[in-house]
Amino acid sequence: MIKCHNLTLGYGSKNIVNSFNYEINSGEYLCIIGRNGCGKTTFLRGLAGVLRPKAGRIELRDNLRRNQIGYLPQITIAQKDFPASVEEIVLSAFQGKSLLLPFYGKALRKRADECLELTHATNLRKESFRELSGGQKQRVLLARALCAAERLLLLDEPVTGLDPESSQNMYNIIKDLHEQKKMTIVMVSHDVEAAKKYATRILNFNEIAQ
Amino acid sequence: MFDQLFFYLDFPFVRYAIIVGTLISLCSSLLGVTLVLKRYSYIGDGLSHVAFGALAIAAVLKVTNNMLIILPVTIAVAILLLCGGKDARIKGDAAIAMVSAGALAIGYLLMNIFSSSANVAGDVCTTLFGSMSILTLKPTDVYLCVALSIVVLVTFVLFYHKIFAITFDENFARATGVNVTLFNLLIAIIIAVIIVLAMNLVGALLVSALVVFPALSAMRIFKSFFSVTVAAAVISVICSLAGILVAILAGTPVGSTIVAMDIVAFLICFITSS
Repeated sequence: MIKCHNLTLGYGSKNIVNSFNYEINSGEYLCIIGRNGCGKTTFLRGLAGVLRPKAGRIELRDNLRRNQIGYLPQITIAQKDFPASVEEIVLSAFQGKSLLLPFYGKALRKRADECLELTHATNLRKESFRELSGGQKQRVLLARALCAAERLLLLDEPVTGLDPESSQNMYNIIKDLHEQKKMTIVMVSHDVEAAKKYATRILNFNEIAQ
Repeated sequence: MFDQLFFYLDFPFVRYAIIVGTLISLCSSLLGVTLVLKRYSYIGDGLSHVAFGALAIAAVLKVTNNMLIILPVTIAVAILLLCGGKDARIKGDAAIAMVSAGALAIGYLLMNIFSSSANVAGDVCTTLFGSMSILTLKPTDVYLCVALSIVVLVTFVLFYHKIFAITFDENFARATGVNVTLFNLLIAIIIAVIIVLAMNLVGALLVSALVVFPALSAMRIFKSFFSVTVAAAVISVICSLAGILVAILAGTPVGSTIVAMDIVAFLICFITSS
């Protein structure tokens, strides 16, 4: 589905991922593990198109298009007290489709509702993002990623900071998306046990970096 | 009191002040929400000091229309500060502090060395605190301000959803294919224009208040981005109108009276929300 050719990623003059070759297949549930600072997140940012490769390239295969990739970045400090309704946040996923209209049409609203339902967040639609719990916030951001994506989900530590129950809830949702919606999952995680349990393949980044 | 008010409203310069005041406070509050949420509250301060420095340069060069120098210089610095350090965010606040104090010092220095007027301290004070400059607007100033305000407002409404997407999550917006660099550039330019305009209203040192207070007040009470934006605009316009009217009736400095009104509004919002 995605093939990296001699991919080099980094910030400024510092390279974090060096001439990396890797292939992600359609239908996989790939978990990327490794210690802090080994380049997991950087790699995911490269796949998501947020960070441009310094060298090498990322090839999209099997007719995969950029707008079929959904991305769930790590939550930022600024977002924690951001005054926005869940609906506003989920709908913002459609901004990549170069809409210039100052409002969203019925079809997009329907799609947003469907995505909220898939992440069990329908009841949160009118809530304010800053008043949600950590687990609820992640489910909303996952719904936003789903709105932007149809085939591939890139998840950056989706359960970090969540209590055990919320984490389990999140893992179940992701498992359903993988098994029932046939989505390809790429997840960066620190939770090795869960990776072993759910993933179809594990990539240990400690062995690749440096 | 109302008789006195209507008496003053007969003067064109009072009507100009009210038109310009409303437009500027409207524009500054809209962008203020984005700036506060992007953790760039201090940019208003930095840019207004740059505008002050540019004003001094314009005075030294004896340019007749000083906007020709102030606007491009402020826009250039805004782009440098907002779009420059994408991966070096930490340096952001230090860069603003540096530019802010540096421009202020150079501006004052230039005004002193090349002064043509007898009352340098008075001139500087007027520019920094706005004192009465809004009441001395010429029709051309008003037209320029109205035109620029309309451009800012139309841009904001047209790109409202894009601005929201970038403010909430720049990385995600970039991943979905939004041209984040372009819109950050656009935001930087709009902010520079607003700051330069607002300098006329409240003076260089008080511009931040106009940008930050209405947004913070609205955020205390409202919970969605849309309601916060609308509320900030309403609060800002009401405070500015009240400030201008009080200043005219009581003879107080316009800029600081407006900011005092903004503080009162913030306190009301703070108390009612907690």
